[in-house]
Amino acid sequence: MTTALHPEKTAAQPPSTVDGIRAVGRDYLDRLRGGELGSLPAILGLVVLCVIFAIMRPVFLSNLNFANLLTQGAGSIAIAMGLVFVLLLGEIDLSAGFASGVCAAVLAVLLTDQGWPWYSAVLAAVLTGMLIGLVLGVLVARIGIPSFVVTLAAFLAFQGIVLMLLEEGTNISINDPVILAIANDNLPPVLGWVLLGVGVGGFAAVQLRQMRNRRRRGLTTAPPVLVAARIGGLALLGGIAVHLLNQERSRSLVVDSVKGVPIVVPVIVALLVIGTFVLSRTSFGLHIYAVGGNHEAARRAGINVTAIRVSAFVICSSLAAVGGIIAASRGHSVDPNTGGSNVLLLAVGAAVIGGTSLFGGRGRLINAVLGGMVVAVIQNGMGLMGYSSGVKYAVTGSVLLVAAGVDALSRRRAVRR
Amino acid sequence: MTVTPILELRGIDKSFGPVQVLHDVAFSAYPGEVTALVGDNGAGKSTLVKCIGGIHSFDAGEYLFEGERVQVNGPRDAAALGVEIVYQDLALCDNLDIVQNMFLGREKRRGPILDEATMEEMAARTLAGLSVRTVKSVRQQVSHLSGGQRQTVAIAKAVLWNGKVVILDEPTAALGVAQTAQVLELVRRLADNGLTVVLISHNLNDVFAVSDRIAALYLGRMAAQVRTTDVTQSQVVELITSGRSGDLGLATTNGATA
Ligand SMILES: Nc1ncnc2c1ncn2[C@@H]1O[C@H](COP(=O)(O)OP(=O)(O)O)[C@@H](O)[C@H]1O
Ligand SMILES: [Mg+2]
Repeated sequence: MTTALHPEKTAAQPPSTVDGIRAVGRDYLDRLRGGELGSLPAILGLVVLCVIFAIMRPVFLSNLNFANLLTQGAGSIAIAMGLVFVLLLGEIDLSAGFASGVCAAVLAVLLTDQGWPWYSAVLAAVLTGMLIGLVLGVLVARIGIPSFVVTLAAFLAFQGIVLMLLEEGTNISINDPVILAIANDNLPPVLGWVLLGVGVGGFAAVQLRQMRNRRRRGLTTAPPVLVAARIGGLALLGGIAVHLLNQERSRSLVVDSVKGVPIVVPVIVALLVIGTFVLSRTSFGLHIYAVGGNHEAARRAGINVTAIRVSAFVICSSLAAVGGIIAASRGHSVDPNTGGSNVLLLAVGAAVIGGTSLFGGRGRLINAVLGGMVVAVIQNGMGLMGYSSGVKYAVTGSVLLVAAGVDALSRRRAVRR
Repeated sequence: MTVTPILELRGIDKSFGPVQVLHDVAFSAYPGEVTALVGDNGAGKSTLVKCIGGIHSFDAGEYLFEGERVQVNGPRDAAALGVEIVYQDLALCDNLDIVQNMFLGREKRRGPILDEATMEEMAARTLAGLSVRTVKSVRQQVSHLSGGQRQTVAIAKAVLWNGKVVILDEPTAALGVAQTAQVLELVRRLADNGLTVVLISHNLNDVFAVSDRIAALYLGRMAAQVRTTDVTQSQVVELITSGRSGDLGLATTNGATA
């Protein structure tokens, strides 16, 4: 009976701040060495890309372009967040792009042709997404067809459904002001600050409460300095972003004033916060990771693996619907290409570049956002430098391949140890 | 012997497709005792354990718990009865940490939110109680643990829930000498505390050291269930390798026990 075990308790005297930080740093390095790179490559890539583009094309740093970047990325980020749920299970959804197209077409038909109010049309579009996910999920989880095949078939079928909904390819314009506002309008500058304050305040409250609770029970906590740094960092980055976005970015003030945080930004942030809460704080989220890590172990723990799988597909297609709505808003219309061409690849790229593993079990929603920003920066920056679409696609494809390679190598590393 | 077994299986048949793996198997385990389940590789020990755990359904037979017929249709049913199993393959999720693995499927919550602090405390307490193997932090991912540490986590997971029956499928296979001794000591301690323990092991020295009864499976049939004190090691070896030993064991191939 040795007491060699070190249950994670801080004994009578808590370790000094410096020791605490050092321990956190060591843990982080250990994890990096163990192959868990997480979002690190995406963050580094984002910084490097921004520096390169800012040097080559100073206009890249303009307020207008910053806002553009966010609205450009938003649609595929929403789809990518959905894909994270499916990727966490070690599955894939190749139909997410066209699923978003189908939902966008449903929205457009109901809104413009049928004259539904915007909220009913949005609800119908999201329900369409849920239904699509339910069908895909049942085919994969209950029937047992590989998700690659199911969603490849759906990819083709949905392409056809979009054509049918749009009556052989005419495009339907979106005129509803609320829907158009999502990707084209901005928050009043004051509201941007208020939302940031609420967000940072909420984050701080959660962090501090958690720390106090763990302290009281004698469990280890992150060093307070680190927690403060996290909160401060969020406030600082958020503050800079809101400040920049609140600057005037209209080219001709005579016509109109354009300033404020684009409305899609709080939409994406809300999805990110809710999704992250579900994944990291609820049993359901934990079970998604468990099924992705070892589905047999999950089954033996009494988890309903089939239900988890189906719900991941439902979430994925529902978020694809949101992506479709954003795309419809941004494009002012829906056409047979909405959700087509490179939308899916950019979304998968966003999730994987951000650090979501293709092998299941590893990934977070923030990965989709960071990866989506990398993709948007590449598209945007290379566009500013005058490269053709062909070159942009080739580069984005290569980056995806590099990210998948990093994922595969770090997994090998994790398995070997 | 009038004590009723807490866990009793009667006439269990189990097939995987055309292959019948268990034939008319009877098995009993008693409170306060260690029952060793022995048999060659492929004899069907793990399959029997999975039937008990509700992982596999069986084709025919009865499952009795505390003398009552019960239906065990899944892992949750077995857990609800108080049956905890350490599977041979451990059934851990590499991408989750120790606490998450120990509570998987039975998380403590406050409302919809996971109660991480309570789970962490309970996991640390259980591991400290076992004191089998050093673990740096209960928040370590299982993928970072050594074979012995993983084994310990799987055992701690079974002990955590204060079950009535604890079944360990080859728990010492990945362990060194010292750790094996610790696990055997734990097995004995659990039984002495009144629990029902089923231990699967190939090491007959260990089996004779800790068990009260021995059940020997031979090619999917229960060759014999005997008191450990009534047999010798060589008799058990014969039961394992040929299904019979003297007047013990299978009389014919139809599975009648002597
Ligand atoms: N899921 C399964 N599907 C098909 N055959 C199986 C399965 N599980 C076990 N078996 C077969 O059942 C027999 C008994 O296996 P097992 O119970 O693992 O034996 P033991 O644990 O005694 O070594 C073996 O022949 C094995 O191949
Ligand atoms: Mg076995």
